[in-house]
Amino acid sequence: MRRLSEFDLQSGGEPAVEAGAAPLSSGRKGFSGVIVAVQAMRQAGGTAGGLDGAEIERRLIEMGFVEDAPVEIVHEGLIGRDPIAIRLADRTVALRRREARAVLVRPKGALLAAE
Amino acid sequence: MGEANLAPTSAAGVGARAPETPTAEARPLRVALAGVPNCGKTALFNALTGARQKVANYAGVTVERKEGVATTPNGRKLATLDLPGTYSLRARSPDEAITRDAVLGRLAGEAAPDVIVCVADATSLRVALRLALELKAAGRPMVLALNMIDIATRQGLEIDVEGLSHDLGVPIVATVATRRRGIDVLLTAVEAAAATSPAEPTWREPSGAELRALHREAERLIKSHVKPPKRPDTWTGRLDSVLLHPVGGLVVLFALLFVMFQAVFLAANPLNDVITAGFNWLAAGIGALLPDGLVKSFVCDALISGVGSVLVFLPQILVLFLFIILLEDVGYMARAAFLMDKIMGGAGLHGRAFIPLLSSHACAIPGIMATRVIDQKRDRLTTILVAPLTTCSARIPVYTLIISAFVPDHKLFGWISEQGLVMLGLYAAGIVSALTVAFVIRKVFWRGASEPFLMELPAYKLPDPLNVARLVWQRGEIFLRRAGTIILSMMVIVWALAKIPLPPAGAKGPAIEYSFAGMLGHALQPLLAPIGFNWQMSVALIPGMAAREVAVGALGTVYAVGGGDDSTGVLGHALATHWSLASALAFLAWYVFAPQCASTLGVVKRETNSWKWPAIMFGYMVTLAYIAAFITYRTAVGLGAG
Repeated sequence: MRRLSEFDLQSGGEPAVEAGAAPLSSGRKGFSGVIVAVQAMRQAGGTAGGLDGAEIERRLIEMGFVEDAPVEIVHEGLIGRDPIAIRLADRTVALRRREARAVLVRPKGALLAAE
Repeated sequence: MGEANLAPTSAAGVGARAPETPTAEARPLRVALAGVPNCGKTALFNALTGARQKVANYAGVTVERKEGVATTPNGRKLATLDLPGTYSLRARSPDEAITRDAVLGRLAGEAAPDVIVCVADATSLRVALRLALELKAAGRPMVLALNMIDIATRQGLEIDVEGLSHDLGVPIVATVATRRRGIDVLLTAVEAAAATSPAEPTWREPSGAELRALHREAERLIKSHVKPPKRPDTWTGRLDSVLLHPVGGLVVLFALLFVMFQAVFLAANPLNDVITAGFNWLAAGIGALLPDGLVKSFVCDALISGVGSVLVFLPQILVLFLFIILLEDVGYMARAAFLMDKIMGGAGLHGRAFIPLLSSHACAIPGIMATRVIDQKRDRLTTILVAPLTTCSARIPVYTLIISAFVPDHKLFGWISEQGLVMLGLYAAGIVSALTVAFVIRKVFWRGASEPFLMELPAYKLPDPLNVARLVWQRGEIFLRRAGTIILSMMVIVWALAKIPLPPAGAKGPAIEYSFAGMLGHALQPLLAPIGFNWQMSVALIPGMAAREVAVGALGTVYAVGGGDDSTGVLGHALATHWSLASALAFLAWYVFAPQCASTLGVVKRETNSWKWPAIMFGYMVTLAYIAAFITYRTAVGLGAG
C-alpha cells in the first residue's frame, strides 16, 4: 500500500468507498491510476455553483472521466496546487480539486498490493 | 424532390433531373458543422467556404451565426453553418443550446440541416465518437469528417476507416482542413448523404447512465477499429512542463503579455506615422482644391481628419488581435485559463473568464459576447459587469494621444519605452479594477460557489496562417465598419455642433465659444470642474459616449476650431499647451473607468435581456470614474502639477 502515501491526507476527510480508492482531488502531481467511480452525489455539501451532483457527474463523463479510464495528474497550479491537469486516455483535461472530489481513483498497482 | 416545382419542364417526369431543369437543384443544401471544441471545426469551415462567409447573430439571441457557401465538385451549392462547439447536445450554455436546437431543427427561423457534418479530431476520438452517437439520434443524414488525419498518421495512429464507418453507420471522410485535403471528397459525400431520407429524431437528454453507455459504445468502436499511436505526441507534454509549470508558466504568461503590450505600442508606431502622413497629405491636397468656408472645413476637418484620426489606430488593434488569435489558434489560451484560474478565482471569477477578459482588451463587445462560454449565470454576469473596465482598444487612441502629449519619449535602458510603461500602468489599472470590482460583487453581493472549471487542454499545434489572418482581418473589418459608420457620423455631428451657430459678426473670441458645443461644454463644466476638466474636455465626453475613440476626433475638432490660428497643428501639441498635467492625468483616470461606450451598454442589454444590468454598469462606472479622476486631479494639483 506504499503507493497510497502519494495521497495528501489533509483532504482525506471523505470515506473511501472501496478499499484502495481515494478521490482524485487528493492526488499529487505524478499520481497515476484508474477511475473506480464517478459520483458527485457522494460528496458532503458538495455541489458547486448550485449545480447538483448528477449534473457534475454528467459533465465529468462528457469530458472523458468514466470508470476504468486511466488517469494521471500531470500538472498542478501554483496556489494550493489547484487546479490540476489530468491526462486521460487520449487527451488532457484541467479541473479544480473541488470537482475532482467526485472522481474516485485507485492508484496503479494498488489492487495487487491489496490482494 | 420535395419542393414544389412549378417549372413547366417538370411535367416531363418526377424522376427527371435533367440539367435543363435546374429549379429543384437551385435550393442550396443546408449543411451544419458540429463537433467538440478544438477539433478543427472552424478551420474546416474556412476550408469549405473560403472567403464567402457571413457573420451575423441567430434570431433573438446573440450567439454568433457563421454561414458560408461551399460548392461541391458537381456544382451543388451548400449553405454551410458553423455551429458552436459542444461536448454533448445537453446544452449547458446558450451557445450549446443553439447547436442542439439547430441539429434537431427546433431553431426559430431555421430549417433543420439536410446533412450534419460531425467534425472529429482523429487524434482524440473518444469524445468525438460519443458526440457522433448523440448526433446520430438527431435523425438527420450525417457525414463524419475525420479531421487532422495528418497528425494522426504522423503519430502512427491506425484507423480502420471502412470498419468504423460500417459499425457507426455513417460515411467517414478523412480531412486535413488546414491544408485543404479531403475537402472535395467530403463535399461529394455530403451531397450523396443528402439523398438519404432523414429519420425521426429520437434524441432526448441522456442521463449519467446513458452517457456512460454511449461512452462504452465509443470505446468499443475505438477498440475494434483504432490502433493506439506508435509515436504519441510528446511535444505538448514537453512544452507544458515549462508552460504549465506553477512558477515558470506564470513567468512565461506575464512575459507574453508584456511583449504583447510593447508590440501594440512600438511595432505599430511606424505604420501609424504612414497613415497620419497619408491623411494629412489627403486633407492638404483636397483642401487646396476647395474655396475657404464651411464646405472646405467640413471635408477637411470633419470627414478626412475625423476618419483619419481613428483609422490611425487600426495597426495597434490588428497587432493586439494578432496576438490573441494566435495564442488561441496555437492552443495556449486554455493554458492561460489554467494558470489564471486560481488568481481569477481569488477575485471570484472563473478561469474561463480569463479569455473574455483578455478579449475585452481588444474590445469589450466581443469580450462580453465571449462570456457565453461561462455556463453559470452569476459568474457570467460578474464577468460582463467588469469586462468594460479592462483596457479596450478604443481607449488606446485616447491614451496614446494624452501619453504622447504629456509623457516624454524617453527609452529606459535604451529600449523600454517610457510611454509604453505608462500604457502598461493604465492596462494594469484596468485589470486591477476589474478584479477588485469582481471580488466585491462575488464576495459582497453574490456569495456562493461558482461554476466548475472543467476545460480541455488541447494539444499544441502550429498556427494556420490563413486562418489567423482571416480572423484578424474579420476583427479589423468590424472595427473599420464602426469607424466608417458610427464614428464618421459622430464626427459630422461634433463638427456641426462646434461650427453652428456661426459667431455674430465682429465677435472677438474663438468661433466655438458661440456654438452648441460651447454651450453644452459650459453647461457641463460646473459638474466636471472639481475633477479638473475644462469645457473642451466636457465637450469631447459627449460624442465619446458613442465610442471612446471618438473623443480623440472630438478633441481634434474642438481644438482645431477653437485653436484659431493653430488649426493645422498637431492635436497633442494643442493639448500640451491648453491642459495642465493634472487635468491630463484626471482625463486618463476618467477613461480607465468611465462607461464611454453606448455600444457596450447595448450589448449588455442584449446579452442579459434586461436594461437593469446596463443601468447598474453605467451607474457604478460613472461613480468610479468620477472618484478616480477627482483623486487623481487633487493629488496631482497637491504635488504641483496643476
